[in-house]
Amino acid sequence: MASDLIADSARRLFAQHGGFADGWPAALWQAIEEAGFALSLLTEDDGGFGLDPDEAMEPLRISASVAAPVPLAETMLANWLLARAGLPLAEGPAAVVFAAPRQVPFGRHLALLVTCTAQGERCRLSTYAVAGGDWQHGSSIAGEPRDDLASLPAPTGSATLHLNPQVPRAIAAALRAQQIAGALQSVLEMTTRYAGERVQFGRALGKFQAIQQYLATMAAETAAAGAAAQMAALALPLVDDHPDRLVLLAAAAKIRTGEAAGKVAELAHQIHGAIGFSQEYPLHPLTRRLWTWRDDHGHEADWAATLGAALAAGGPLWPQITALQSDRF
Amino acid sequence: MTALTFPLPDQRTDHAALRAEVRAFLRDTLPPDYPAADRARSWTGFDADFSRALGAAGYIGMTWPTEYGGHARSPVERHVVMEELLAAGAPVAAHWIADRQSAPMILRNGTEDQRRTILPRIAAGECYFCIGMSEPDSGSDLASVRMRAERTATGWRLSGTKLWTTYAHESHYMICFCRTGPAEDRHGGTSQFLIDMSLPGITVRPVLDIAGEHHFNECSFDGVELPDSALLGREGDGWAQVMSELSFERSGPERFLSSFALLEEMARLGAGTPAAEASVGRLAAHTLVLRHMSQSIAGRLERGEKPDLHAAIVKDLGALLEQETPERAREVINPATADAAYAATFARIRQLAPCFSLRGGTREVLRGIIARGLGLR
Repeated sequence: MASDLIADSARRLFAQHGGFADGWPAALWQAIEEAGFALSLLTEDDGGFGLDPDEAMEPLRISASVAAPVPLAETMLANWLLARAGLPLAEGPAAVVFAAPRQVPFGRHLALLVTCTAQGERCRLSTYAVAGGDWQHGSSIAGEPRDDLASLPAPTGSATLHLNPQVPRAIAAALRAQQIAGALQSVLEMTTRYAGERVQFGRALGKFQAIQQYLATMAAETAAAGAAAQMAALALPLVDDHPDRLVLLAAAAKIRTGEAAGKVAELAHQIHGAIGFSQEYPLHPLTRRLWTWRDDHGHEADWAATLGAALAAGGPLWPQITALQSDRF
Repeated sequence: MTALTFPLPDQRTDHAALRAEVRAFLRDTLPPDYPAADRARSWTGFDADFSRALGAAGYIGMTWPTEYGGHARSPVERHVVMEELLAAGAPVAAHWIADRQSAPMILRNGTEDQRRTILPRIAAGECYFCIGMSEPDSGSDLASVRMRAERTATGWRLSGTKLWTTYAHESHYMICFCRTGPAEDRHGGTSQFLIDMSLPGITVRPVLDIAGEHHFNECSFDGVELPDSALLGREGDGWAQVMSELSFERSGPERFLSSFALLEEMARLGAGTPAAEASVGRLAAHTLVLRHMSQSIAGRLERGEKPDLHAAIVKDLGALLEQETPERAREVINPATADAAYAATFARIRQLAPCFSLRGGTREVLRGIIARGLGLR
């Protein structure tokens, strides 16, 4: 099955490059590009694999589960937009910004920056070669680069895209939802393992009912985040015919995964105790990313405002809910 | 550890026609001014006329074979109908337990005679059931029940007390879980019985809930003589029979829609108020995700899987959403100053909400199941 092949090759690739040191993991990025993961949202005609949208997200979820410090989500979105606009695909790491280039993920490592702005009911894309640009260094809560560029160079390309201008940011949010879901699964596994090994008062932490209840809550939140991420992924094919539905389902997914991120991170640290709070222990690369990703491209309150305003203006809720998910049953 | 996934059923049949059909039925059958506060009763609203109309429309016993009065439709089709009934707050309590739990139990474990005499009447919406599980000293610890059935020359003699028995006072039958073997054999010493509630020796007393409503009862059995044919399934298999059905009753839309009438009211009054809209958005996001999870489980059940762990997660998360809804509602629309429909809906759901994490397995029991699934116990 194609999905297993993609997932297996992603797992192998990220396992080989695990234990990320500080700095740019050039070899990992090269391997990601060679595997084609940065093109995974593209149709076969556009140079991708024509994957089912949920399969296409597997490499991203797996990269997040090992806290890989790379702009894979950013480059996936850039390439998806570029392909739809008929512009050349990114050669190297890329990112999309919806406003001025401030706090751009991995800015200093990017080859290409794409700006995406609303132009009436369409999107205006411009591309910029930004390698070696004068980036002001900053960082996210996770310690990953979030850099500012004072001024953009002359664009290398531009196009107007027939695309609802809310869609690109919604897909950016949906991609963060995938990353959150992937990281949560790792946090749950790491914490369950730790609770089985760590002995206090003569028994493993996992034998205490209080800890079991925490872990059950973490498992439920992780399961809900996984379902939310999948719901958003499966909404991607709605992009042309029902972009409003895609936006609202991505909103719901970002709300739900963002909430799960906060709860699970809190409980994971509580169960781990002091060791989980240390630099040497591999929990923080995941929890700090969760705290970063939940705020990116709209946090829970932002999307709740969008989703709530749309639903409250639309009359009775139930028919709207079934219409949003009407491609199943 | 394998991730718990919630894939949607492969077969993406379009059930839009069925959904529209149910909506038309509800428009025709519910009163035109059916108040939000009545919708808020969710599956605790009792109306025998409605149940008979629903049975006549073919929406009870949907998945059972036609030879027993069923309609041979898929679990997914049943899921669609249940969602629509619950979202509309239809008064489904009369037949609810019979349709959801008792009939599947009889289909699986009953005798041919039990199936033929009872199931068609359930499907017609005219035969109602209650479940005799909890007792004064046995709540979450179901295996500790004391009620006992003793063998007699002609059948069984039943003595003991069941408590919190929903709608026992309106039910024709009870499926009763009790002890038939030694107390030391916690699981193997139990059996289930199909009890005609009109038999002599049964006393049903009301137990009012915190809002003063009567759905619970205490049922005393004082040497009730049962025929041999009252045994449901096999002697000693009571525990296994009860446990085998849990994923069906823990994953359905009734596990996350109990407060939906209040969410509808929040949307009605909150339009244009950013704080209220944001709360509606957040709670709707949870509803969408739980709906995805519940639909996924319906697909697993249709494929014959036993997703007990997935179902426990849906029930735990669903009760959290249902219980959080009134708390978020009052933050953004004060029931003391809102209109009467909102206030009455709020009052009903606020008072009903404590039971959402008690009925059908307490939150702590569910989390124990999830912890076992994680390999912790």
